Amino acid sequence: MEIKVNGEPRRIEPGMTIVQLLGELGLEPLHLAIEHNGDIVDETSIAGIDLKAGDTLEIIRFVGGG
Amino acid sequence: MASANATIQIYINEQPRRILSGLSLMELRDAFKPAADIMIHNGHPMQSDVELAEGDRVVLIRRGEIPPADELEALLVSRHGPGIHEKIKNATIGIAGCGGLGSAVAVTLARLGVGALRLVDHDVVEPSNLNRQQFFIDQIGRMKTDALAENLKRINPYVKTEAILARLTRDNIAATFAGCAVVAECFDDPAAKRDMTIAMRRDLPAVPLVTVSGIAGAGPSEAIRIRKVMDNVWLVGDGETAAEPGRGLLAPRVAVAAGHQASVILRILLGEES
Repeated sequence: MEIKVNGEPRRIEPGMTIVQLLGELGLEPLHLAIEHNGDIVDETSIAGIDLKAGDTLEIIRFVGGG
Repeated sequence: MASANATIQIYINEQPRRILSGLSLMELRDAFKPAADIMIHNGHPMQSDVELAEGDRVVLIRRGEIPPADELEALLVSRHGPGIHEKIKNATIGIAGCGGLGSAVAVTLARLGVGALRLVDHDVVEPSNLNRQQFFIDQIGRMKTDALAENLKRINPYVKTEAILARLTRDNIAATFAGCAVVAECFDDPAAKRDMTIAMRRDLPAVPLVTVSGIAGAGPSEAIRIRKVMDNVWLVGDGETAAEPGRGLLAPRVAVAAGHQASVILRILLGEES
């Protein structure tokens, strides 16, 4: 099925979770801000979310420095 | 048809004045401030003469002279170009962290003459800050919020500053920045950066946030980009270059990122960002 990740279409396995997708993208969940279909997702809710066709994800990865 | 004694309204050092129509810039200078050696016409310094038109803004400055208090604020922003200062002078901007990014964003916004800056930090100035942060040797040991407020006052005393001594967490970010027109995330720590986006999106979704990720090292400065990533969230940085052992933070890329942040903030205030 197809979803959008940071504005780009991406094909994923049906039933994939956000956590599995982050693993596939090689992203450690530690310093990410994630929006799923326009809602911000924090550490406590991320595990319970399965992705569906047409979902949109915005993922910001924060690295140190300022 | 204009009669011989028709008048137009213009602004001289930001004060509205009626003058005879047909008057030129240099004639005006000779009449109002003959000692002026700098003439700024609609935001642009002029060497040659020009006929003045309705609504023009003329600033007359004598080099080396400290202007009277009632003219100073207008003179400080006289190179902005028409209409800019009016749109930003009532806005309060939140600065989350007063280090390399925060001190430089604040200095730039003070030079623009924004209404107020809410400066939030919990730390003191230390020697290792001075390679990139807008402080001075004689401020080592001072609270960053206080030292920065002092520096901003020396740049533009008409910008109000609110110094807030606090360690920001997801639970106090909304209360700290309520009422701000825009907030700049200027932390060093990636967990604090993440918490800023999460708290702002969750608790203050109507307030634009300009956040930063990826500015360390001496890589090419044009890799530091601006991207709108969520509703009311702009991200500045190359997205990957972390400060870590072996790769530090240097003034040029920090200044570029802070300049990008200030530029996005200005454009939001001017209504030029969606």
